[in-house]
Amino acid sequence: MRIGVILGFFIVYATIRIFMNKWYWVDAYHYLTPLYSPCVTSSCVEGSSHLGTWFGNFPRFLPFSLITFVVLAGFRGTCYYYRKAGYRSLFFAPAACAVPEPHKNYTGERKFPLIALNLHRYFFYGALVFGVLNIYDGVQAFHGDGGGFGIGLGTVIIWINLVMLWLYTLSCHACRHIVGGRLKNFSKHPMRYRYWTFVSKLNPKHGTFAMTSLFTVILTDFYIMAVSAGWFSDLRIIN
Amino acid sequence: MSYKGKFRVWRGDSEGGELKDYEVEVNEGEVVLDVIHRLQATQTPDMAVRWNCKAGKCGSCSAEINGMPKLMCMCRMNTFAEDEVVTVTPMRTFPVIRDLVTDVSFNYQKAREVPAFKPPADLKPGEYRMQQVDVERSQEFRKCIECFLCQDTCHVIRDHEENKESFSGPRFLMRVAELDMHPLDAADRQHAAQEQHGLGFCNITKCCTEVCPEHIKITDNALIPMKERVVDRKYDPIVWLGNKIRRRPA
Repeated sequence: MRIGVILGFFIVYATIRIFMNKWYWVDAYHYLTPLYSPCVTSSCVEGSSHLGTWFGNFPRFLPFSLITFVVLAGFRGTCYYYRKAGYRSLFFAPAACAVPEPHKNYTGERKFPLIALNLHRYFFYGALVFGVLNIYDGVQAFHGDGGGFGIGLGTVIIWINLVMLWLYTLSCHACRHIVGGRLKNFSKHPMRYRYWTFVSKLNPKHGTFAMTSLFTVILTDFYIMAVSAGWFSDLRIIN
Repeated sequence: MSYKGKFRVWRGDSEGGELKDYEVEVNEGEVVLDVIHRLQATQTPDMAVRWNCKAGKCGSCSAEINGMPKLMCMCRMNTFAEDEVVTVTPMRTFPVIRDLVTDVSFNYQKAREVPAFKPPADLKPGEYRMQQVDVERSQEFRKCIECFLCQDTCHVIRDHEENKESFSGPRFLMRVAELDMHPLDAADRQHAAQEQHGLGFCNITKCCTEVCPEHIKITDNALIPMKERVVDRKYDPIVWLGNKIRRRPA
């Protein structure tokens, strides 16, 4: 129930935010919210398009962050942890262990549309690319007021979010499989065995990282939205 | 320190039955199976209960205690309040034979459907060589005591009797994963996992892992890796192409 409320809140929040198409960039400190990174349309606010503009002006009803949204929502939507959480809390299949489920029939993940959940690894590849872009955004966020180096509370929040996002991404079950899990003979691939061992240590905490990073994404986005909208000013630590 | 514990035990057979209330003496340090034995010895000599080792290693005394699949011998009485009614029922997924004893032959049927280890054709017995790192992953699955609690709690067959024919359940999908991860097994387990053993039914809600008395990470270490291996073989064109071009064994 609690997980269902959290997931529901995130879905509503993210949907509202991506259709707002504003308050995603703080020019003074170069803060870019992860929900809009990378911003690659001509409609993006000046300075926020780190990677240049790949598309022309988007119509008002189309989110600037459409690509970001598809990849990140796809990564979380097909994630094994969120599948478990969603099946339990949103679809009651089952609501809890040994609790009868309300559905008359059950076909699992064998048929369309749920068979598409097998695309998880492709969203993982996408999330890796976006993770690298987020690091770039994080480096940009060390920007002082008026130029030069600076650190604010926003920078700290962005980096906490960055760490949580990477822990979530690297602890992914698809990542564990790709780095070495698919092998039959670890002894013939010692480096991949080491990667697999590393990911296997993170993997049991995948659910924790999934929920924590969900909160940090919302927090980061909300903070940047608030500073960008002028609801409050950024607390500066250096410059 | 003993008290009179309130027990509600399912009594009946394949024709039907009901929950009956009992008051039984409970002593310090006892487990549910001790109390069931005392009930059998003092009040209900005809009550059927399957048990063997009383040490959580034989997997015989599986039942549902307050609705949760558990081993009766591993469920301590001090986890309940003294005035709490402890309800003991047989495993719901399998047909009742009598009282707390169920017919688990479904599992033996599914076990027979998993082909045994198949070594490479060019290796004879005695020529098998493998490293510890290659086998230790699947050694976790060898801890299984076949209590069938994971089978019992899996909603795919617990709530949908019609799926029993096409779904082998977590215990035997774990067996398929164990063989697929074996460095010398040459059988095609991946297509079989999806098409014959019904891996696609699993929606990874982890109840099998939650109830496993051996704490085997069934979902994370067997079922999800097996799902990913099936994706390699059936749904991922890039892996398929890579295997065709490079022909590199995993």
